[in-house]
Amino acid sequence: MNRARIALTPQDRERLARAHPQILTPGAGARVRALLLVTFLAALAAFGLWRLDISLARVGTGLAQLGHFIVLMLPPDPGTQLPLYIHALGETLAIAFLGTLGGALVAFPFGFLAAKNVIPNIFAHFAVRRFLDTVRGVDKLIWALIFVTVVGLGPFAGILAIATSSFAELGKLFSEAVEALDRKPVEGVVSTGGSPAEAVRFGMLPQVLPVLASQLLYYFESNARQSTIVGIVGAGGLGLHLAEQIRVLEWQKVSFLILMMLVMVAVIDFISSRLRFAIIGKSRIG
Amino acid sequence: MPQMTHAVTRLPDEQLAPMIAHYEVAVRERQRHTLIVAAVVTVCIVLAAWMGEVKPAVLFANSDRLANYFWSITPVLRWDSLGADLAEWYWNLDHWLKLLLDTLLIAYLGTLFGAIGGFILCFLASANLVKNPLIRLTARRFLEFCRTVPELVFALLFVVAFGLGAMPGVLALAIHTMGALGKLFAEVVENIDMKPVEGATAAGASWTQMVRFAVVPQVFSNFASYGLLRFEVNVREASIMGFVGAGGIGQDLVEAIRKFYYSDVSAILVLIILTVMLIDLATEAVRHRLLGWEEQR
Repeated sequence: MNRARIALTPQDRERLARAHPQILTPGAGARVRALLLVTFLAALAAFGLWRLDISLARVGTGLAQLGHFIVLMLPPDPGTQLPLYIHALGETLAIAFLGTLGGALVAFPFGFLAAKNVIPNIFAHFAVRRFLDTVRGVDKLIWALIFVTVVGLGPFAGILAIATSSFAELGKLFSEAVEALDRKPVEGVVSTGGSPAEAVRFGMLPQVLPVLASQLLYYFESNARQSTIVGIVGAGGLGLHLAEQIRVLEWQKVSFLILMMLVMVAVIDFISSRLRFAIIGKSRIG
Repeated sequence: MPQMTHAVTRLPDEQLAPMIAHYEVAVRERQRHTLIVAAVVTVCIVLAAWMGEVKPAVLFANSDRLANYFWSITPVLRWDSLGADLAEWYWNLDHWLKLLLDTLLIAYLGTLFGAIGGFILCFLASANLVKNPLIRLTARRFLEFCRTVPELVFALLFVVAFGLGAMPGVLALAIHTMGALGKLFAEVVENIDMKPVEGATAAGASWTQMVRFAVVPQVFSNFASYGLLRFEVNVREASIMGFVGAGGIGQDLVEAIRKFYYSDVSAILVLIILTVMLIDLATEAVRHRLLGWEEQR
């Protein structure tokens, strides 16, 4: 094979630079702006590190400590607590399932209330949206703490916390799904003599339900992760035991609990992505 | 006005009958399907309610407590002494603003370090840049692990290892962010135009040069947009890091809730909600500009 190796001489390069100045010498303005941005980000990071008292020395000693813990974690071992942990796993699943479902049930009517094409009144629409935003602005863990003070310690508080924040998030998503409705099926039902109820049943619901169901499954996945941590504030599930075992430095149990969480999340992701494919078809999931 | 005429064609009965029969079979099939799904869901609900110790009676009996709670945390604001009431409600504002600054810094540092980690790892996890499946799958599994373990669990562990304070919070957020962003970044990288990559490789670029000059310019604005989105999430997360002693305003909030300092609870909650909303608005504006910038190119 015949290969020619081409080397650019300095003269060639200069000629090219003159011919295409915009490519070979990028604008000074863009460079300065990029540099300023990087300097700003770095300065902010330096300020943060100083204010939060983070130093390499502290990171080093901490990492050594952490390495020690990881050695102690192996192998994962539940000791005699296995039945207790299985029960906690069940609680976690129950929190995720009932929290998602309960939130969705309340969110369903709100989804219609917050949709522009159902309630044209701009004030009602605005008020419902802001209400949902406010509920969403409060983290699940804060809701869990509040519900622990209301219904006492245990998984029921976790269910209520997950339901409350899922309600706000799903309400917003549902309203968007309702707003994206295609009017044509509704008009079609009405034009063939359908009553308004039939128009909702046969014109709207078939469009909304698959979207809602897939969002619901997606939230179930995410809530399964969240429900493992509501226990940290006493709202039941695996998090309760995890926080306890970390406090008493039982590292083998800690790693076993983390392993349980990972397996549970992986299994739920697998099942729910299968169900989502079955509901809305593989092609429509981005 | 002349009467409009409608011509409705009706098929002869012998053609219609098999179609109706077919329709009825299809409807019955659907109904059977729906029934099965409903039965499975009902069984799940009953099981979950039993596992989750659901006591609607307790909720109803205590529902007045919930209402009372929100009534108690509502601050007393009278119109004629509004200034003084506000000052009393936010008696500790300086301290809370400092904690809020800490919270934002925790979120910022967590996002920054996480994004740097995710940036480095995402190229290793992309199928179109790394042909060696061992490296790619290791990177993917590692990222998956980092994002599956909740931030708060990392924070709990790190508080024991690094001591109380903001540092475990920053590290926990950084690790989780690395997992989440690394996956999103890798998806962006897998969707790039491969022609510049081939061009750089053909011109004799090493792997790092290829990534620097052929890949990074294509993905950078998308990365920045995802990074900002993650910052929003991390501000919320940083506000609860204090629950396990990992710094920020959560520490004061959990204390106020546990010790029933009612007006403090609402004061801190309002501060957090306002901050989160402001950050959401600001990052959304920046992201729109970034996306507009992307389209111009």
